[in-house]
Amino acid sequence: MSEYYIYQDQKRCIGCRACEVHCKTKNDVPVGASFCKIIPVGPKVQDGIPRIKFIFMPCFHCETPWCVSACPTGAMQRRTEDGIVSVDKSLCIGCKACITACPWGSPQWNKETGRVFKCDYCKDRIDEGLEPACVTGCTTAALKWVSPSESSSLKREKFAKKITQGAPTS
Amino acid sequence: MSETSKKVVYSVCSMCTVRCPIEIEVENGAVKHIWGNPHVLGGRFLCPRGAAGKVFENDSERLQGPMIRSGERGSGEWRKATWDEALDYVAERLKKVIETYGPESVILGDRGGAFTDLQKAFIKALGSPNYFNHHGSCSNSVHNAHNGLTGQRRNTVSYDWKNCKYAVLYGRNILESIGTKEAKDFIDALENGMKFTYFDIRWNYTAAKADRFHIIKPGSDYAVNLGIIHTLISEKLYDAEFVNRWVVGFDELAKFISPYTPEWAEKESGVPAREIVAIAHEMAEVKPAVILYAGWMTAWTEDDYYFRRSIYMIYALLGGYEAKGGLLFNKNEVDAGYKPLKKFVDLVPKVDKKRFDGVGWKYKHLSADYGLAQMVPHAVLNEDPYPVKAFINYRFDPLSAFPDPEKFKEGLRKLDLLVTIDVNYSHTGWVSDVILPEATYLERTDSVIVKSGPKPSLWMRRKAVEPKFDAKPKWWILKQLADRLGIGQYFPYNSVEDIIAFQLQDMGLKLEDFNSKGTVSLAKDQIMWDRKDGLKFKTPSKKIEFVSSMLEENGIPSFPPYESSKEPPDGFFRLTTGKTAVHTQGTTLNNPYLNEIQPENSLWINTAEADKMGIKSGDTVEISADGVAQTIKAYVTDFIHPTAVYTLHGYGREIPLQSRAFKKGMRDNTLMKGLLTVAVGGNCPITDCFVKIRKLS
Repeated sequence: MSEYYIYQDQKRCIGCRACEVHCKTKNDVPVGASFCKIIPVGPKVQDGIPRIKFIFMPCFHCETPWCVSACPTGAMQRRTEDGIVSVDKSLCIGCKACITACPWGSPQWNKETGRVFKCDYCKDRIDEGLEPACVTGCTTAALKWVSPSESSSLKREKFAKKITQGAPTS
Repeated sequence: MSETSKKVVYSVCSMCTVRCPIEIEVENGAVKHIWGNPHVLGGRFLCPRGAAGKVFENDSERLQGPMIRSGERGSGEWRKATWDEALDYVAERLKKVIETYGPESVILGDRGGAFTDLQKAFIKALGSPNYFNHHGSCSNSVHNAHNGLTGQRRNTVSYDWKNCKYAVLYGRNILESIGTKEAKDFIDALENGMKFTYFDIRWNYTAAKADRFHIIKPGSDYAVNLGIIHTLISEKLYDAEFVNRWVVGFDELAKFISPYTPEWAEKESGVPAREIVAIAHEMAEVKPAVILYAGWMTAWTEDDYYFRRSIYMIYALLGGYEAKGGLLFNKNEVDAGYKPLKKFVDLVPKVDKKRFDGVGWKYKHLSADYGLAQMVPHAVLNEDPYPVKAFINYRFDPLSAFPDPEKFKEGLRKLDLLVTIDVNYSHTGWVSDVILPEATYLERTDSVIVKSGPKPSLWMRRKAVEPKFDAKPKWWILKQLADRLGIGQYFPYNSVEDIIAFQLQDMGLKLEDFNSKGTVSLAKDQIMWDRKDGLKFKTPSKKIEFVSSMLEENGIPSFPPYESSKEPPDGFFRLTTGKTAVHTQGTTLNNPYLNEIQPENSLWINTAEADKMGIKSGDTVEISADGVAQTIKAYVTDFIHPTAVYTLHGYGREIPLQSRAFKKGMRDNTLMKGLLTVAVGGNCPITDCFVKIRKLS
């Protein structure tokens, strides 16, 4: 896991796909490929009402990325300072070994260049002190750009707030 | 390589008619990204349609220059023309029509909204009273219902989501048919503990987040509301002080409501009586911090008007006007202490002629701000009340938006002139004589608009990039036509800077004031009116008129007995339609990124009904009505009322030059035969469309 994490608040996500469109717009991704995807799962009845979950699937930027190990040319790289995994397109030969290796379907095939490309957490934006396009553009601020430990605190805070909602404050 | 040139332009989106404030990043003269305007929204969030503005701008499958038809209307045979040629063509024919039949034989339709001043000025300057917009297939019933009760249209009030504790939504799929700020506000409200009840004829993403959710019998929302009102009144849960001060006709309502018990409403709608009572109790407990969503696309049924009235009557009973967490009056520049923003339409002398659509004489309770677009074919075909011979169609597409496009087209074919001004190909543009391409919202500056609200401000749409093709801004097109028609004096400008200077001249503001944030705030804080004496209802009584003088004077009862919505005949289903977050009806279907996400529509059918016909999800079915048949893929689900089927509106585009959307999915409005009618609210009863379904092998 890189030192970054995109936290998705299921309660806030409405499955509108703005993340996908902001990502594609920012990265000029042609039709057919997507660096991130919202996968709706449901509806499933819970307490009498059909509920749905929207699973956000960017690249997870693994600590030990299968795609990097699989790449024969060194095109797929993990940036040492922060763990962002990205493709050096000048080295990619289009062998698709990374596509085979990744369990999450993250590396994408660019039919226009015959190379692989993928989510790099918008590293040019990160380097400028900004956030990835999917996070910045998210309609309901369901996506948050945090560190893995911040994500844990966010979840704990939400849970604490939920179980005490309506309780008198001291 | 030369240095990269970068700039940021604040503007107003036009990918749909919500018109969100945007921040456009421009690099080397091209759009780099479009975000929400953080100075207005508090962040750069923007819905997927807004984000797809960049690929729209770069797409070549949109209008590229003036076109004059070279074949029959609708044949798709066009020749390219120069601007002078196309403008002369339009002006000459308009002149001839006006000379022969009078100026009222020219009509102008658009999509309504904030940027209408110039087109209203144009048609008025020609001497015609006939401005209308798309609301006959959209929000006419809710606008006119609020107008009858309070003397002002729906959008003179807004919802205070920030402080709302309880909301009720009726078929308003607020989390799929989204406006950026509203969706965000709604989710924020949920996070702040707001509870909400949702009624619809089917499940959707909004239902998925509801605290209470009921699939109700189509068209029975009004019955549910009557049950709620019955509970509020019989249990004395209403705000008596507010009602005494601001309501006319409470006793008549109390008398009217007596038979409509929650038990009665249960029989009508399928919602258990105890639930209706519980909802009324939940509202009353937190009143007035209650929002009942009055609707946006409300052209549903014949009696939609009375349903929308019932929503606003519940607000009145809860004391929900100018109330924290309920409805807040929208204030304008004058309320904020400024002189009015000047309008071009006010430079033109009043036109004292009868309208083509009956508004103001046949339909005195309906507003001329919207008119009745559905009357166009009738007026043209029957020359009733007089000949209508030319239609200036500004970014409006009745052949996509209104029922029965064949009938509509029959009317359009009989015109002497149909001219379409648009940025996209449209079904109506395709049967026009001339298409004048407008510069896109990213390529043009429009007039300044007042964004009225509890905290009013001024907004403007500003050019970010040069037009990619041979397209021109609206102000230029209308000025060119005006000069050719001898009405140039009403358009006293030569540049968009002149327009802005004219508009702002009395306000002590200038164009540069918009540079840093894209907006000019007119009030430091929310302006709140005094709930005891300061509420500005514009009815004759200056109160909320449950017994509406506007209706009664025109022989229309304020409280007609409830009538059940029509049941589909045996073997038929009611066709209902809706929207998704990634499309604006038909206009974005060809957008490369949005088309990719949702290229086709499908038909929702209830599982039990589908089983009877042997239909499974993914099967191709035929859907037909009155001799029109279409095919579509079925989606079989438990979560739709068995008497209804549902699909996304706007698909099945028939313009070959839109290659991605061409013939993808089913064009719903073709099935809505015979529905170009005027219900009491001024709406077409769009969901009174009954269809047959058949599995294709």
